[in-house]
Amino acid sequence: MNTIIKFLFAAIKAGVPFLYGTTGEIITQKSGSLNLGVEGMMYMGAFVGFYAGFKTNNIFLALICAFFTGAVAAFVFAFLTVTLQANQNVTGLALTIFGGGFSTFFGEMMIKFTPNGLPKLSEEFIKGLSEFKIPFLSDIPYIGKLLFSHNILVYLSIIVALLCWVYLRFTKYGLHTRSVGENPAAADASGLNVTLIKYLNIMLGGGICGLGGAYVSLVNGGGVWNNGCVNGQGWISVALVIFASWSPAKAIFGSLVFGMFTELQIRANDFAHEFPFLGFLGHIPTAFYKMLPFAITALVLVVTSISQKREGNQPAACGINYYREER
Amino acid sequence: MNKKLLALILASVMVISMMFVACSPETPVDDNNVVEDGQNGENEQTDDNNQEVVNNADFKVGVIHIGNPSDGAGYSYAHDQGIVAMQQNLGLTDDQIIRKLNIADDDANATKTAIEECIEEGCKIIFGTSWGYMNTMEELAGQYPEVIFSHGTGYKSNDVNFNNYFGRIYQPRYLSGIAAGLKTQSNLIGYVGAWGTENAEVTGGIDAFAKGVAAVNPDAKVYVKVTGSWFDPTAEGTTAQALLDLGCDVIAQHCDTTAPQLAAENAGVWGCGYNTDMTKDAPKAHLTAPIWNWGVYYTAATEAAMNGTWKEFGNFFGGLDIGFVDVSPLSENCAEGTDKYIAAARQAIVDGEFAVFDGKQLSFDEEGNATVIDEALLDNQGNEIVAAGGACLEDGVITGGINWYYENVELK
Repeated sequence: MNTIIKFLFAAIKAGVPFLYGTTGEIITQKSGSLNLGVEGMMYMGAFVGFYAGFKTNNIFLALICAFFTGAVAAFVFAFLTVTLQANQNVTGLALTIFGGGFSTFFGEMMIKFTPNGLPKLSEEFIKGLSEFKIPFLSDIPYIGKLLFSHNILVYLSIIVALLCWVYLRFTKYGLHTRSVGENPAAADASGLNVTLIKYLNIMLGGGICGLGGAYVSLVNGGGVWNNGCVNGQGWISVALVIFASWSPAKAIFGSLVFGMFTELQIRANDFAHEFPFLGFLGHIPTAFYKMLPFAITALVLVVTSISQKREGNQPAACGINYYREER
Repeated sequence: MNKKLLALILASVMVISMMFVACSPETPVDDNNVVEDGQNGENEQTDDNNQEVVNNADFKVGVIHIGNPSDGAGYSYAHDQGIVAMQQNLGLTDDQIIRKLNIADDDANATKTAIEECIEEGCKIIFGTSWGYMNTMEELAGQYPEVIFSHGTGYKSNDVNFNNYFGRIYQPRYLSGIAAGLKTQSNLIGYVGAWGTENAEVTGGIDAFAKGVAAVNPDAKVYVKVTGSWFDPTAEGTTAQALLDLGCDVIAQHCDTTAPQLAAENAGVWGCGYNTDMTKDAPKAHLTAPIWNWGVYYTAATEAAMNGTWKEFGNFFGGLDIGFVDVSPLSENCAEGTDKYIAAARQAIVDGEFAVFDGKQLSFDEEGNATVIDEALLDNQGNEIVAAGGACLEDGVITGGINWYYENVELK
């Protein structure tokens, strides 16, 4: 039982960067923009979040900076695609390349200008982001360890995802956003400011991706900066958008599943040792588990395209630039 | 909307992003190392080794790195410190060293391009620091007979202009195993490996470490988990966490980042790093790390290439005796008396009484004095690799043929 609890606990943690990235990308796509720059925005958020945390020693400020950086990167994307009508795929890819280079470039500068060549977060900072037990709730057997003894960024990711879900589903502004994503011409005709709505949502989404990057550099890195720390997690987040069928609430579940795939790479053998009937897990190569997120996403694509339900599909105008004079 | 303007902006975005990607590796590295090497540099630069410069002002050295030395720790950093040491020892200027960074070693085309760029820029000797460059370098050595190709960690060579260099890192790994075996209280030691038994370098390192553990702590087990990558900060951290969850209280590693040591530190337990002294990264956790002094080789090889004595140089497999490999200074976290144990074991290895992969083992008394005893080398399936008292495995087997785990190792 302990093995399972520890596995799920680790899976929740591994899924958190995906959850941030996916929630951000869902907001972006719901407003009709396909921003493939999640990886790049996460990288930029990772670096700036780390640097702010390193310099100011303030967790709140580090998160704000990471959010702001992601939003600025997304603003560039919005300017290019919404105002200048650039191809969204190309712009997103450029943003990914740029973000990776940005974090490596400034990451090296940071290492260079740190006296001992080792930028490391202060102990109190690391402590502030370490796991803590919520009183009483964490005493519940199993569930307490599993759900109520995480670091604050884990809870924040779930709160953000739930807020985004409520925003998209139950608020007037969410309705506006969705209508722009489905049919911008109709939204425009009904008097909505399509450009403004797109800008705001792209930037909000980018900011949330930036938070995911901050999680990677502040928590996963253990307090030391690593160049190349995001390492593909942004791309898995993009795949997870499809898996979660464009719902932030489902993304919470989806990120747990993808986190489980990640942890299975490392812990499959623990199951094989603990439970004899799972012995076969020990013989599956780790490459198989690395493949799973993408294989499952492909499977979900096939299933949803067969079912032909309108709900849970990609927004109809996603990836297509809206050009008013073409109406 | 003006399409031309759009194309222009798109193009400039691409160019700027490429610029960030392209210039990030090269420029900061040199300055970085100069800054970090300030302490050692001052002494050495005052030495009067400037005569060499005049004769060899146009002698260029190429270095192919798999990663980025400016990470400040880990594999590429350790190599580059060696290059910097060589540069200082021989008095070369910065533009005599051509570095190619982030060259994926499973990408033969990228490797070839990087090496050919070095040759075009006039490099007379090229160091390839990663395993996967081997076949490409062998091929190019045939094409460019006037250039010397020196490949690290592999096993191929051609006796003319292509050699390989590596070190007996298993010797300091044995020593770090002693530190871990003395420190552990749960008698479970975790080991984050980059690869499984398909890689003899990693597997042999685990075996040497485990044998060191067994010498001082026969009850301890070494739990191994594999990340499947030389460099993956996230996976290395989570793998270490998985080992901690199994109850391990010392985390050793054969992978590139400091993530396993930081995971150990944040969990309040201990660890043995690799490649560089990771005590500065994880001061509360780190015991000692097997480290490389690549400068010993780079200096000797470059000097031989400059002076035209390369022909006699041959392959290189240096050990503790010449200081090519070592353990980093023991930190305060080490168990009491660790220094005596390690000094005794080091002496036995340097004197040639004990060679790690032989039918012998060190036996320590209470004071940490070592005596060599006969003991068969067994794998964890009970097979006998070397009979009691038998001779050490051959170098070819150590570098390319170890695919078994020592008796106290469990793959998890």
